[in-house]
Amino acid sequence: MSALSALIRRDIRIALRVGGGALIGVLFFLTVVVLMPFAVGPDLALLSRLGPAILWLGALLASLLTLDRLFMADHEDGSLDLITMSRTPLELACAAKALAHWLAAGLPLIVATPVLGLLLNLDMVATGAVALTLLAGTPALTFTGMIGAALAVTLHRGGLLMAVLVLPLSIPVLIFGVAASQAVIVGPMSFGAPFSILCALSLVSLVVGPFAAAASLRHGLD
Amino acid sequence: MSLLDLANPTRFLALTARVLPWLAAATIILLAVGLYQSATAPDDYQQGATVKIMFIHVPNAWLSMFVWGVMSIASLGTLVWRHPLADVAAKAAAPIGAAFTFLALLTGSLWGRPMWGTYWEWDARLTSVLILFLMYLGLMALWRAVDDPSRAARAAAVLTLVGAINLPIIKFSVDWWNTLHQPASVMRISGSALDKSFLIPLLVMAIAFTLLFVTLHLAAMRNEILRRRVRSLQMMQASRVAFSSEAGTGARGENASNEVGAA
Repeated sequence: MSALSALIRRDIRIALRVGGGALIGVLFFLTVVVLMPFAVGPDLALLSRLGPAILWLGALLASLLTLDRLFMADHEDGSLDLITMSRTPLELACAAKALAHWLAAGLPLIVATPVLGLLLNLDMVATGAVALTLLAGTPALTFTGMIGAALAVTLHRGGLLMAVLVLPLSIPVLIFGVAASQAVIVGPMSFGAPFSILCALSLVSLVVGPFAAAASLRHGLD
Repeated sequence: MSLLDLANPTRFLALTARVLPWLAAATIILLAVGLYQSATAPDDYQQGATVKIMFIHVPNAWLSMFVWGVMSIASLGTLVWRHPLADVAAKAAAPIGAAFTFLALLTGSLWGRPMWGTYWEWDARLTSVLILFLMYLGLMALWRAVDDPSRAARAAAVLTLVGAINLPIIKFSVDWWNTLHQPASVMRISGSALDKSFLIPLLVMAIAFTLLFVTLHLAAMRNEILRRRVRSLQMMQASRVAFSSEAGTGARGENASNEVGAA
């Protein structure tokens, strides 16, 4: 347990200090949201209708694009080999790394959401709904994307190929995340159903993600 | 004859060489019978002659999912049993599955034109097949991105199994999303109310297409095995050339030093 918490603390520290680049995700998120009005026009009514979708897409891309470095830096300096050989099960180590990544790169996105909601003319309730669904949904994105990150490091390929492989897997999260936030803002739908499914998706990926990532690391690194 | 006996590629090649002509013949006969039956099937009272697209569309859609199932079993073979032919099977199946999925999309869209009035509708079934198609293409891109086949095989196996877990979830969520966003579509195939005059040709076509897949798959596996043999022969040849030239320079160096010593 202390090994895992040490791993989490180490990863967060690396991500937040110089060279880590966890906060670049927030900058990317901001840039995507700022680009949107240029694409659809500065119509505030339209923007507030599209707001949850824009925020969700931005957060999805930001959290997946920061992921391909999850194992890469550790692989380059050799610490990934030590983690693989240590007595801590590789599945748990992968889960710890993903958790650290979510804390360092995912949580800032959620903290930034209220500010970006202002830019998109979302009111308090809508912003709160989007932030809450992001809080429930981004772990699923991180833990699914971790599989892509593990494949990236074993194949020495990153970037576009991994995005192409992982993005289709994140469609359910996007659907239920946007649906839950729209349910609060406009919908006749209840908030509870899509939100519980979103939480369920996160919990399932919490189990499947580490196992798949560990399997691909174990078979791929040699 | 167990699955383990087939682990020897040479034995597999010999067996498939004997089986393939029979499979191909059976496929052609069944396809001919199925096509004839579906051409002579009565028109639907609502959809007219366009209902005949169904006899091509449904087998393709069935195979688009069946092939992913085959690839998942092959991936288990790669990761769990390290069966030497499993990754050959998985690799050979991906382009065939992508082709069937593409045909399902194409015929679905052609069917949608007279039924819905547009070529593309964000209908739940079409959308989830489109996502399946994207995943096939991604898998093929993964196979092509890595030149070492065994390394690519393990990565592709992990991805195939994750996809197999995720595909039902995607299907369910797209269904849910569709009911949320769309009023009932014009076309609705109600339950199992398919008449026998449609059902029998459809079943024959489904079996014929499955046989077609098995034939194509075995042939593609043979090609892949032969391709790998060519590759390993080339590697051996290249290393032999490299080794002999290296040995040659080494020998020359030795001679030179001997000469120097002699001098």
